[in-house]
Order: sequence, then C-alpha cells, then structure tokens
Amino acid sequence: MKRTGVVWSWFWMILGILYFFLPLLATFIFSLKAKLGVLSFQAYINIFSNQEFVYNFSASVLWAILTIIVGILLLVPTAFLIRLRVPQFRSPVEFITLLPFVIPPIVYVFGLVRTYSHPPLLIVDSPALLVAAYTVLSMPYMYRSVDTGLRSIDVRTLTEAAQSLGAGWGTILFRVILPNIRVAILSGAFLSFAIVIGELILAQYLVKPAFAPYMAYQIQQKAYEPAAMAIISFALTWIAMGVIQWVGRGGPAQVGAGH
Amino acid sequence: MGVIETVQRDAPKARPAPNRRSWAWLGILPFFLFALMFLLYPSSTIVVRSFQNSSTHEFTFDNILRLFNSQYLLQSYWISIKISLVTSIGGGIFGFLLAYSAIRGGLPRFMRSSLMTFCGVASNFAGVPLAFAFIALLSPTGLLIGWLRALGYNPYFHGFTLYTFWGLSIVYMYFQFPLMVLVIAPAIDGLRREWLEASQNLGATSLQYWRYVAFPILFPSLLGTMILLFGNSFGAFATAQALTGGQINLVTIVIGSELRGDVLGNPGTGYALALGMVVVMILAITGYTVLQRRTERWIK
Repeated sequence: MKRTGVVWSWFWMILGILYFFLPLLATFIFSLKAKLGVLSFQAYINIFSNQEFVYNFSASVLWAILTIIVGILLLVPTAFLIRLRVPQFRSPVEFITLLPFVIPPIVYVFGLVRTYSHPPLLIVDSPALLVAAYTVLSMPYMYRSVDTGLRSIDVRTLTEAAQSLGAGWGTILFRVILPNIRVAILSGAFLSFAIVIGELILAQYLVKPAFAPYMAYQIQQKAYEPAAMAIISFALTWIAMGVIQWVGRGGPAQVGAGH
Repeated sequence: MGVIETVQRDAPKARPAPNRRSWAWLGILPFFLFALMFLLYPSSTIVVRSFQNSSTHEFTFDNILRLFNSQYLLQSYWISIKISLVTSIGGGIFGFLLAYSAIRGGLPRFMRSSLMTFCGVASNFAGVPLAFAFIALLSPTGLLIGWLRALGYNPYFHGFTLYTFWGLSIVYMYFQFPLMVLVIAPAIDGLRREWLEASQNLGATSLQYWRYVAFPILFPSLLGTMILLFGNSFGAFATAQALTGGQINLVTIVIGSELRGDVLGNPGTGYALALGMVVVMILAITGYTVLQRRTERWIK
C-alpha cells in the first residue's frame, strides 16, 4: 500500500512538471526559429537591438523602482506605527490594503481615469498617477511582507533602546527598524517588481510606455520576438522569486516550515 | 531590576501626552490620504456611477436593471463564474494532490522546495506572456499539437480549440494550481503524523483515515483556498484578452469594452457590471476569511 502511494506521488509530480515546463519549452523552441531552417538566438538579438523594446522595458523597470520606493516610504512607517502606537487602526489599514485584491484592475483603472481626467484633478497624463496606481496594486503584498517582518522583531524594545540612546524618529525608522526588516522588505519589493513588470492594464489604459502593453502589441505584429519576450519576462519573474527565496533563507516567515 | 524598569518606563512619559498622540496620528495620515486619493475615492466613483445616468448624471436604477434584463450581460457573469468554478475546483484538486505528494508522498526532500519555488514563479506568471506560451504549445501549429499530429491524432479535428472556454480554462490552470500549492502547504503540514499512526493502530484503512480524519480537518482550508482561487480567476482580464482578443465574453472583457467608449458601449452599464463584480468578490473574500478562522483552530 505504501509503495502505490509513492507511485501516485511521482505520477502527480511528473504531471505537474509537464504542465509547468511544456508551455515554456514550446515558447523557447519557437523563439529560436526566427531564422528559417536553423535554430538561432536571432529573435533575442532583434529584441535587444530594438530601440522601442529598450525604451518600453526600461520604462517598466523605472516604474517598478519608483513603485517600490513609494511603497516602502508609505507602508513601513504606517505598519511600524500601527504596531507601536496606534493599534486601533490595524483593522481599517488591513482592510484597505486588501481592497486591491477585491477590485479587479480593469474596474479600478476606469475609476482612476474618471476621477483624474477633469479639472481640478487633471493628472491622468502624469506618470505620478501610474506609479500611485502600481503602488496600490502591490500594496497587499508589500504591506503583508512588512507586517510579517515587523512581527518577527521586537519593535518596542528596539525603539525604546534607540530612544534612550537619543535617536530621533527618522533615525529609529531608517537606521534601526528598516535594516532589521530588510529581508521582509526585499521580498515585498521583488513581488512588486514582478507585478509591475507583468502588469498590462494600468499602463495600457493610462497610455504610458511599459513592457506588457508593448509585448501585447508585438504579438499582433510579429511571431518570434513575442516568444522571446515571454521567455525574458518569465526569466525575470524567476529571478525575482529566486532572490526572494535566497534573501529569505533562515527568515522566520519562510515557506520551508515542514521540519 | 524594578528600579531600572521604572526609570525606563518613565522616560517617554515625561513628554506631554497629547503631543505624542498627535504625532502618531500624523504618521499614518499619509497612508490614509494616499488610500483616499488613489484607491477609495476612485473606487467609490464606480458605485456612484452605477446609479447614475451616464449623460445626465441623474440618479437612476436603470444601469442595475439593465444587467438583469440583458441576456448578454447576465451571460458574461455566468461565463466568468463558470470558468472560475472550473479552474478553482480543477486547480484546487490538482494543486492539493501535488502539494500532498511533495510534502507527505514519500518523495525526495528537495522536491518540496523546488515545487515551492516553481509555484512562486508560476502563480505570478500571467497575462500576455502566459497566453503566448500556450499559443506556442496548443495552437494548431503548437508544439504539443504537432507531436500529437505526428502520432496520428489531431485534437482540432475532435472539437478542441485553444481559443474557447476549455482552452482558456487550461491556460488559467497554469496560475491556479500553483497558488493552491502555496496556500494549502501549511495546512498539509498541520496534518500530524500521529493522527495517521493512531488511526492505523486502531485498524483504520487508508480510505477510512481520509474519510474520518484528514478530510474533515482539511475541509475548511481546502474550501477556503478554492474560494481564493475563484477570486483569482474571476478578476483576471489580461490573459483572456491576449489569448482570444476579447472573443470570450468574460465579465471583465465586457466591462473593458463598455467603458472604453466603443460605439456600442454604455459606461453606465460598465460601472454596474463592475459593481456586480465587486459584490461577487466581497462574498468570496468573506467566505475565505470565515473559513480561514475555522482552519486556524487546527493549525498552529
């Protein structure tokens, strides 16, 4: 009976591996066929030598970095104060940070466009609105990461120790608390990065350069380059996740809790 | 010891109390301002506008009523709900089997951590690249279809196409089952080995163990996670848009075309549709939270 159990385990595992890798394999093989008759990295060369790609992709990277910075500046002090000083605001803040899960992005973006497309709030064309919207979308992940990080350290003792050594609030926050939860912040940051790089709807409807809309457009135009881009975007997600796992080793909130 | 403690406690209190409170309030004010400006207010306009005539801005129930009177709009909810049900139940079952195999199935240890990494990647891999990956695999000229054709079987001659309901379901499964694995893993860890040993000592068969011990304990978290999966696919838009170019009338796609100001579009209808989606999602999340509380009794 035990043996058949292991056989079934292997069966499901292999099925899972096939489901996971076959689409990637197909995409990868397809991306190598840009030159007739031979396998080559021509599609990748085309992509990286294309100004438009470089422009859209670096725009996405810039959005991601700004989103991470705004997210950290906004959420770390908030989560810190809620833990230390104003715990009565925990529920409303948690509720707000969960909302982006509940409101589908397509709905959210129309709310944004409606609100900010007429005076006095005519900022629909501003890149700041896009960054703010990305920050909202990544808030559930960022807040939860930061909060988990704060839970794993003794915020009160650290703060009081810093205070008694004469530190001001800025010093406490950025030189005591922040370094202590950097693993949690990094994991939130890389999740945000993956989300921003893959996000289609916001940039599309707010008409800003970004990787995903560019790729969606390329799919209608070309055959092999989009495949190569899918591989690139997958590799990026992989790297982001790998870094999360790597920096998170030994952290208390890790996945490998089974031992 | 007591003296030192008193001194430490006294030091912060020496400051005037009201001053400290106002500072703490100020500290979380930016968050609430930000949320109000970029999340709460824009989202609330959806609610307001679904009760407004889109040209005269007068209060009306027309948009909501139109939802219930239009076969096409109701159908779009039904398709979205159907695909979310199919992929949350299918992805839920497959994800559970996979997670259980990796955690308790007697596989080598490294399988578990690799599975978790894969799932972290796959659950975040959606939208345009995902659609493209499946086009490369399952379109009429795709890799797998090519292999099957070489074996003398062409699924496209037997009613299969990638660009319809079942095709889209297969694509959605790619981000659904990994999410299941990630979320259900702690619950499987919570199944104590002692329970299996105890039931075996009492002479229970494997089936009886599952029927009377493991399944009842796992049931709330299984159902709760499947609700999460339901929400995950209910709000999805980009994958379907990129795969079918908007041919499958998911409610998100209909909202997109109603609001985009197409010739046939009616923004009021779009907002009412969106409001309906938010209601469905709130129901789903509430269900999830309730079941999550029940689960926590068992998992430490």
